[in-house]
Amino acid sequence: MPALDWSSIPGALPFLWNGMLVTLSITGVAILVGIVLGTLIATARLSANPIPSSLAALYVNGFRSIPLVMVLLWFYLLVPQLIQALFKNPAADIRLVSAFVAFSLFEASYYAEIIRAGIQSVSRGQVSAGLALGMSRAQTMRLIVLPQAFRRMLPLLLTQAIILFQDTSLVYVIGLSEFFGVAYRTGDRDGTIVELLLFAGAVYFVLCFAASSLVRVLQRKIAL
Amino acid sequence: MISIQDVSKWYGEFQVLRDCTTRVDKGEVVVVCGPSGSGKSTLIKCVNGLEPFQKGEIRIENVSVGDRRTNLPRLRARVGMVFQHFELFPHLTVMQNLTIAQRRVLKRNVRGATDKGLALLEAVGLKAHAQKYPAQLSGGQQQRVAIARALAMDPIAMLFDEPTSALDPEMIKEVLDVMVRLAQDGMTMMVVTHEMGFARRVAHRVIFMDQGRIVEDRPKDDFFKDPGTERAQQFLSKILAH
Repeated sequence: MPALDWSSIPGALPFLWNGMLVTLSITGVAILVGIVLGTLIATARLSANPIPSSLAALYVNGFRSIPLVMVLLWFYLLVPQLIQALFKNPAADIRLVSAFVAFSLFEASYYAEIIRAGIQSVSRGQVSAGLALGMSRAQTMRLIVLPQAFRRMLPLLLTQAIILFQDTSLVYVIGLSEFFGVAYRTGDRDGTIVELLLFAGAVYFVLCFAASSLVRVLQRKIAL
Repeated sequence: MISIQDVSKWYGEFQVLRDCTTRVDKGEVVVVCGPSGSGKSTLIKCVNGLEPFQKGEIRIENVSVGDRRTNLPRLRARVGMVFQHFELFPHLTVMQNLTIAQRRVLKRNVRGATDKGLALLEAVGLKAHAQKYPAQLSGGQQQRVAIARALAMDPIAMLFDEPTSALDPEMIKEVLDVMVRLAQDGMTMMVVTHEMGFARRVAHRVIFMDQGRIVEDRPKDDFFKDPGTERAQQFLSKILAH
């Protein structure tokens, strides 16, 4: 095995940093939109009315039955046309926008299931107590059920966020320069691909390991 | 104040309430007792519309509970309810438990809601615990907070659904004391309970239910002196035997 040559890494750091920013922005947007949309889908799915509940079930089962890479490619082909039709402004980075949309919609389906389980874990008695005080169903959900549900779901939501963070590396299929893509291309250019991928792997490991340690601490806190 | 007329309810094929008719007048304390599964908890939950019923009518101050056009949240805001398992909101402090509905439902300001909350906590002897979370309180304390929370809405009547049956014996008294005082202050109350001592002290009438039917509905003294039906006699002799 040839000796490893780490010399190209310092020079690549600014590019790797920019790639990390793209990775983090996709992760952040997908978490935010995913949780908001996921909450709406979860409440629709739990609705007594069969129309919203079956639409929500269709959404969740649909997205969960399709590989993420395929969703990414579809949205890459679809979103540019949508944006151009809507805003007539091709200036935006189409690849980034389509990654935002694809990840957000995809993650919403996973978050919806976590949130649904969280909502169901809050006892019926709590709902009765809210209603008995004169709150509407929506108020009871917002003020009583969801705050308790989110507290219980926090570890699961964070775990899902860690998975999402790693999954963003898939955007290389649409040629977006996120962290993994930058590392790969830099290594490919300089002939130090093994070193760059080892380095990128170490960065992923440190970040994800730190995040899951945080999850464990939270779990212990919430259990009290 | 509360009138219940020929109310029947089914869970699928199974009938839990059969033609229940009774009333609770203003200032009256009515105790509902009976063996488990007799429908007494279901009946009291029908009164503020937490449980739907298929037949009959319940009116609170002439507003029909079962009518689709009735604004149920508005009606429930005027009728206090206390649950067997307290159902305090665990993510809120005691004070927030007392103020959340005052603020969000009655639109009172923070100051007014807090003052009201403090006065009621003082009345149930828990003023020092205002900033604690429910999990830090004993069962008896939690139930007293739950009573204060219901009273904070200035209800025209209070419903109690087995308020002491999840409590340790030594905590039952502190909760009953609060309820006795409330009754003596003239609150209209409908209380599902097995606490016959409480019924003897403050009830005006006792309702005895069995298999979804109201089988006795009589003034307290008549009920205890001479329960009319054999089923009620059996029930009383069992729970008063010790």
